[in-house]
Amino acid sequence: MAKPEVGLNPTSAPVHGPGAAAATEQRIFVASQWQLMWWRFRKHKVAVASAFVVIGFYLAVLGADFLAYADPNASEAQRSLMPPQRVYWFDGGRFGPYVHAFKGARDPQTFKRVYRADPSEKIPIRFFAEGFEYRFLGLIPMTRHLIGVDGGRDAAKTIFLLGTDVQGRDLWSRLMYGTRISLIIGLVGVTMSLALGVVLGGFSGFYGGSADTLIQRVIEILRSIPTIPLWMGLAAALPRDWSVLQIYFAITIIISLLGWTELARVVRGRFLALREEDFVVSARLVGCSQMRTIFVHMVPSFMSHIIAATTLALPAMIVSETSLSFLGLGLRPPAISWGVLLQQAQNVQTVAISPWLMLPAVPVIIAVMAFNFLGDGLRDAADPYGR
Amino acid sequence: MLAYIGRRALLAIFTVWAISVLSFAIIQLPPGDYVTSYVAQMASMGSVVTDEEAQNLRIQYGLGQPIYVQYLKWMRLIAQGNFGTSMEWRRPVTEVIGDRLWLTVVVSVAALFLTWVLALPIGIYSAVRQYSVGDYVATFVGFIGLAVPNFLLALVLLYLGFVLFNAHIGGLFSVEFQDAPWSAARVWDLLKHLPIPALILGLAGTAQQIRIMRANLLDELRKPYVVTARSKGLPELTVILKYPVRVALNPFASTIGYTLPYIVSGSIIVSIVLGLPTVGPLLLKALIAQDMFLAGTIVLLLGVMTVIGTLVSDILLVWIDPRIRLEDT
Repeated sequence: MAKPEVGLNPTSAPVHGPGAAAATEQRIFVASQWQLMWWRFRKHKVAVASAFVVIGFYLAVLGADFLAYADPNASEAQRSLMPPQRVYWFDGGRFGPYVHAFKGARDPQTFKRVYRADPSEKIPIRFFAEGFEYRFLGLIPMTRHLIGVDGGRDAAKTIFLLGTDVQGRDLWSRLMYGTRISLIIGLVGVTMSLALGVVLGGFSGFYGGSADTLIQRVIEILRSIPTIPLWMGLAAALPRDWSVLQIYFAITIIISLLGWTELARVVRGRFLALREEDFVVSARLVGCSQMRTIFVHMVPSFMSHIIAATTLALPAMIVSETSLSFLGLGLRPPAISWGVLLQQAQNVQTVAISPWLMLPAVPVIIAVMAFNFLGDGLRDAADPYGR
Repeated sequence: MLAYIGRRALLAIFTVWAISVLSFAIIQLPPGDYVTSYVAQMASMGSVVTDEEAQNLRIQYGLGQPIYVQYLKWMRLIAQGNFGTSMEWRRPVTEVIGDRLWLTVVVSVAALFLTWVLALPIGIYSAVRQYSVGDYVATFVGFIGLAVPNFLLALVLLYLGFVLFNAHIGGLFSVEFQDAPWSAARVWDLLKHLPIPALILGLAGTAQQIRIMRANLLDELRKPYVVTARSKGLPELTVILKYPVRVALNPFASTIGYTLPYIVSGSIIVSIVLGLPTVGPLLLKALIAQDMFLAGTIVLLLGVMTVIGTLVSDILLVWIDPRIRLEDT
């Protein structure tokens, strides 16, 4: 009996027995490419879990201002470097989360501000509470936030789930806004790299010849240059008087200018592999235009590879932005990104006194891991000859 | 083989040229020229640069001429070993960089070395004992190594060292050797400080190499020649080390070239966090102060060093892998 062309192991399907195996094979024969990918992807438990994590991150991007409960730029010297508050979930046996109020005072010896929890004063945490005004998805004006305290914006007592930074700004809320910017930068950067990579890699692979040689040499040159010193140089050369938005776009462009090579390599490899395939040759012979051959016949068959390669390229973008901003050469305050937040944790003295300033590292690590696992899973699923 | 090396060398020369253009662009990008910022710098320090002096400086650096002429002049100065003057330090750039460049090389090479020493045995173990506890641990540590940006790793280790041992793990020298002249004792002190930065820098590369080695070796282990060797009664260790490992080593070796730029890149950021006396902190300071000649020179020298390292690894690769030698003859 002919084995199925695809690498999906028939025994992995939920049905068993010889008859069932035949039925499974039947199912595999008629399944579309995307269906096969989905089945293979589903088996990869870690990748599926990572997909949920990634979706969660992007939901946080959409709803950053809903998840935040304080204005990320509202600073107050009176609550500088407050440690994270402990949340008590049950109040007298009933579910009613609250935190203890913090009393700040200056240590007479070290002149450091110290905070003591005051057990007699409870600040209840309210769900869907009133807070600062924002536009949900940039459109709908809203004042509701996921959590908050009584009294809304003017409340005298507020909460600090993850503590505050030197200027007394709420770390949790800043983290939400930082997540938004860092992940969007990753997405925009990867889109630009993808555009460059697909155009140049496709050109290189489809036409071959001297264009191919030239593009390959450029890629080799770019890959043998240490990127971080170069990024640092370019980022530092941006004019100081540029607005936050201009810097933001310039940084994205700098990161993606050097990041497209891997994607171009993948695309070129696929083009080279497909160029001589029968279906491509016949498409050419029946007189399809070049554009049609490429976009209708070739691109769909390696779309999945591109998606996988893109997912794997995203974490590098995120780390690049974080590194640059961490050094103070990327995004600059008042912009908030993971890197900008981590900048406060740059020296060990600060970190030793207020370790919670290192917390923004946690989402960076989780996001990078999730994207890596998801990309790995997608790549395995997209490879029809994979095991 | 010679043709291959020749082509590689040619590409390396092109790369060096591309890097020099990029470094020159970095020097040129900020508004104003070197002399305007130099004059401003001097004025802020209370000394006055006369118009004549400024004019002389402009002539020396050929400012005001077309960009390509300036570039050629800069190149000519570099050929004479004159990389310009650092504005911030008011000393020649070469003097400011001093030992730092070599220490960068030492740290990077140590990281590369550690990557190999760790990745090779762990990769072989992971493949031979696939799905064992050790394999899972290696995979897990590998993923952590890939996911945690190395500057964060450095930060966390610094913090842990501070909290748990109350020790400062940064730096490359003990206090008494900081400014001491080179001696055997100073080299020994350097070697003692090297493992932690090398480990931080090498971890991501190690993780990648373990995965490559594991995948290559797994492919080879399934091949019939391994079964033949085993059925002839060779000891298991000989079977694995003598045949499949040697084949699996080749694709593994070809990744050095791509690892080196990555490690050099990482060393810049990690040095800043750990306070290593490499060119990293110097580059950051120079960029923030817009000391562009110093910054451009550092980028140029780092690039050239990396290209030379990559070229050496390419030649080594031809030497170990006969298939590449044959392909191009």
